[in-house]
Amino acid sequence: MNIQQMILELQKHWSEQNCILVQAYDTEKGAGTMSPMTLLRSLGPEPWNVAYVEPSRRPDDGRYGDNPNRLYQHHQFQVVMKPSPSNIQELYLESLEKLGIDPLQHDIRFVEDNWENPTLGAAGLGWEVWLDGMEITQFTYFQQIGGLEASPVSVELTYGIERLASYIQDKENVFDLEWTDGVTVRDIFYQPEFEHSTYTFEESDTAMLFELFSMYEHEAKRIMEKGLVFPAYDYVLKCSHTFNLLDARGVISVTERTGYITRVRNLARSIAKAYVQERERLGFPMLKKGEKIND
Amino acid sequence: MTKHVLFEIGMEELPARFIDDAQQQLKEKTAKWLQDLRIAYDSITSFSTPRRLAVRIENIADMQTTIEEEARGPAVAIAKDETGAWTKAAIGFAKGQGKTVEDLVEKEVNGKAYVFVTKRIEGRATKDLLPEFKDIITSISFPNNMRWGTHTLRFARPIRWLVALYGQEIVPFNITDVETSDITYGHRYLGKSVKLEDAMEYEGKLKENFVIADANERRARILEGIEELQTEQAHVIVDEDLLAEVTNLVEYPTVFKGEFEEMFLDLPSEVLIISMKEHQRYFPVKSLEGKLLPFFIGVRNGDDTALDTVVKGNEKVLRARLQDAEFFYEEDQKNTIDHHLEKLTRVVFQEKLGTLAEKTERVTALTERIAENLNFSNGMKDDAIRAAEISKFDLMTNMVNEFTELQGVIGEIYALNYNEKETVATAVREQYLPTHAKGELPESEIGAILSVAEKIDTIIGIIAVGMTPTGSQDPYALRRQAIGVLRILEEGNWEMNVEDLLQIAYGIYDELEIEKIDDYKEKIHEFFKLRASYLLKEAGIEQDIFQAVMDKEIGNFTYAMAKARHLSEKRHDVAFKEKEEALVRILNLADKAESMDITPEAFETDSEKALYEQFEQSKIDFKAHDEAHDAIQAFEQLEALARPIHGFFDNNMVMTDNKELRNNRLALVAAISSLILEYANLALIEWKQQF
Repeated sequence: MNIQQMILELQKHWSEQNCILVQAYDTEKGAGTMSPMTLLRSLGPEPWNVAYVEPSRRPDDGRYGDNPNRLYQHHQFQVVMKPSPSNIQELYLESLEKLGIDPLQHDIRFVEDNWENPTLGAAGLGWEVWLDGMEITQFTYFQQIGGLEASPVSVELTYGIERLASYIQDKENVFDLEWTDGVTVRDIFYQPEFEHSTYTFEESDTAMLFELFSMYEHEAKRIMEKGLVFPAYDYVLKCSHTFNLLDARGVISVTERTGYITRVRNLARSIAKAYVQERERLGFPMLKKGEKIND
Repeated sequence: MTKHVLFEIGMEELPARFIDDAQQQLKEKTAKWLQDLRIAYDSITSFSTPRRLAVRIENIADMQTTIEEEARGPAVAIAKDETGAWTKAAIGFAKGQGKTVEDLVEKEVNGKAYVFVTKRIEGRATKDLLPEFKDIITSISFPNNMRWGTHTLRFARPIRWLVALYGQEIVPFNITDVETSDITYGHRYLGKSVKLEDAMEYEGKLKENFVIADANERRARILEGIEELQTEQAHVIVDEDLLAEVTNLVEYPTVFKGEFEEMFLDLPSEVLIISMKEHQRYFPVKSLEGKLLPFFIGVRNGDDTALDTVVKGNEKVLRARLQDAEFFYEEDQKNTIDHHLEKLTRVVFQEKLGTLAEKTERVTALTERIAENLNFSNGMKDDAIRAAEISKFDLMTNMVNEFTELQGVIGEIYALNYNEKETVATAVREQYLPTHAKGELPESEIGAILSVAEKIDTIIGIIAVGMTPTGSQDPYALRRQAIGVLRILEEGNWEMNVEDLLQIAYGIYDELEIEKIDDYKEKIHEFFKLRASYLLKEAGIEQDIFQAVMDKEIGNFTYAMAKARHLSEKRHDVAFKEKEEALVRILNLADKAESMDITPEAFETDSEKALYEQFEQSKIDFKAHDEAHDAIQAFEQLEALARPIHGFFDNNMVMTDNKELRNNRLALVAAISSLILEYANLALIEWKQQF
């Protein structure tokens, strides 16, 4: 099964579970979680079921296209369901079967992995799902987002598409994976991998990046005060990506990270709060009349 | 006829580390519950797997035990009037107990007669009480809890089914929206759902469905599997913690052996072990000579169906990890220490405190000064300085970037590769010790001073720029680091006062052009005092004692600890009572003195002369023992003052009208007081001698 077919299968499966299929969000980000489709929509009482593919940039993982397992940019298939359904594990395992993974032929396990993204003031409990020892999915029940209690609780599934594909296609090198018939990951992504790695580790203008970070931060704060939640959030994402570029360049020490993370977190917190307030002002439009929020 | 009871909580996969404790709690809580309810039974058996916690009560009585209880009422003198008739008080008591005055009997308690009634508390049917077990389930405590769906309950993981069986009947209750039933579930992939007819068939029915509900049996099976796969030449390193974890990661274990390419054995063994154990939960395999072999042992959750596929998958994962590590290792070897050190100039340690290179400079200067202060030989001093200079180079390597938990460990290995001295390389590793409050300390002297210098620099720097830890906010783990410093000083028996050590470091910070808060030295001193108090408290010393000992300063921490121990014994020592009173009296009076200038010729009475002479002698002897940090001998010199002090107070009027005489006597009191305070402020201690 090539990657394109995998994505189609997953989309079909989750669309059958009443997930809205949306498209990737157009701002750089390190993970599908950071899309406002997950991060903001998980907040507040409105039900929300969504699935999408998210290209995710991790500058620090760039390897000039040399490494068989690591990518500057990989793809995640993201599913969020709020409130979390009681048969979510079964729904997930069915999705694997649709990808041709028969649980009887493998060792599929849920191994504790509590997820935390301090930059976004987000935390959740759950597992990494292991397929014969390989982590293929992050499975998380959100408990806190942007410093706010998540209630009702959303469940988030993040499939690592390339990981899963390397297993399904039995390939040792991620660049040998078939995207679609006759087209490999190498054909599409090798050049950007090489160039982005070169940029990240050798050519980025760190002085400019430091300045950009401050500018983005400033702009986020400024428009936050005007109650423009989504644009402000975009600037937070830009801060986050800029920070990742600086971090990958090795110009921020372990100790210093804390300071930057705190700055982004404070922004994310105020945005989360503002988002909920704005939805409330709109009367939580996705909440059906008389619907019970909590037991 | 007695019946059996079974409760099973079915959950989404519990974290392995929660399971043993939760099973234990469930068993204990059940026993306590049945005892409180007065329900008899033969035995309680508990079970656990990643997906379930269960408890079975065997041969439970069908009723609570009926008991008779006596209730005491008013004294007979109050219950009856002069004529012997029951009073209102007696009638009211009987009524309150659901009885009449006819039921009252008289009994004596401690020589006084009271009225009593005997009440019978009828046992209720067990069946009606069992639904209360719900509260036992929700009272299990876990290291952390979560919410799910729309529910407000907090539990380790979502509850998905509940079995509650009394004989063949279902005990009705629900938790969130899950109702109890008599249906349990087997292995997620290999098993089916099972209707239980009786509690006693629980583990048997589960086993048929590929679930081994007894953790000990799973553990034994894993060990058996390992035994079958290992040979004399290739034995498996069974780490107890890993075994316990793996036992609780599977419901039905099948042990398998995998291989990796021999070339990966060139990697540092720490890297191989961490990749296998921490990341993949595999057991490493070693040769007779203790060398790692290119094998690993894994445990699958399931039977041996398609085991080849599983092995192949696991090998692929490990290979990918090791390839990564190999890539990093090779990249790192291409560079020199100087290359890595140069990179430190571009990494910020903390915004206001400059780069890691600048930190390294400070740590090096501090290491040098400490080594001098401790009279290190030149050779050792040079090694210490070298260790400090290169201490942070490994933070710039790919390997540490990937395996952050190996900071220092990689430093040691690489330093040796780069032909650094062994003592230097060891110190680079040991600078991070202890890694937790009770963790292992550096073994080498150079490692110890580097560790202290490294930590002191961070503590002073962070507090100096105004980031003193508050409440739960301690992002730089300064508390742990200060505790580390004190423990190294204490256990290494350093000849150095904490205050002197800080002074040396301030010498470096004073010259630094950074924005410092005004009172950072006071804050740092206070911070260390709190950590020292914590350690004394941990050692079983009570608060008043450690406050007394550290009233002036922490001083030499080993000595402070010894003093605190000595005083803790003394406070209960009856024979010390008289001495303590003398010494404390001096301390309390010392405030009145205007100076400590004693004019020996001006003493008039024998008793004051005697005290003065003893003081002069004690002062000399105290100093000698104090310098040797002998807490017992030093204190004896103070004790020697007690008798003459009593003589002094018995025979002299200190606050006499003769001003000259008064001032001279007060000066003597103040001088003695100051000597006592050198040791500890005894006035702060709550003396507890029993008579």
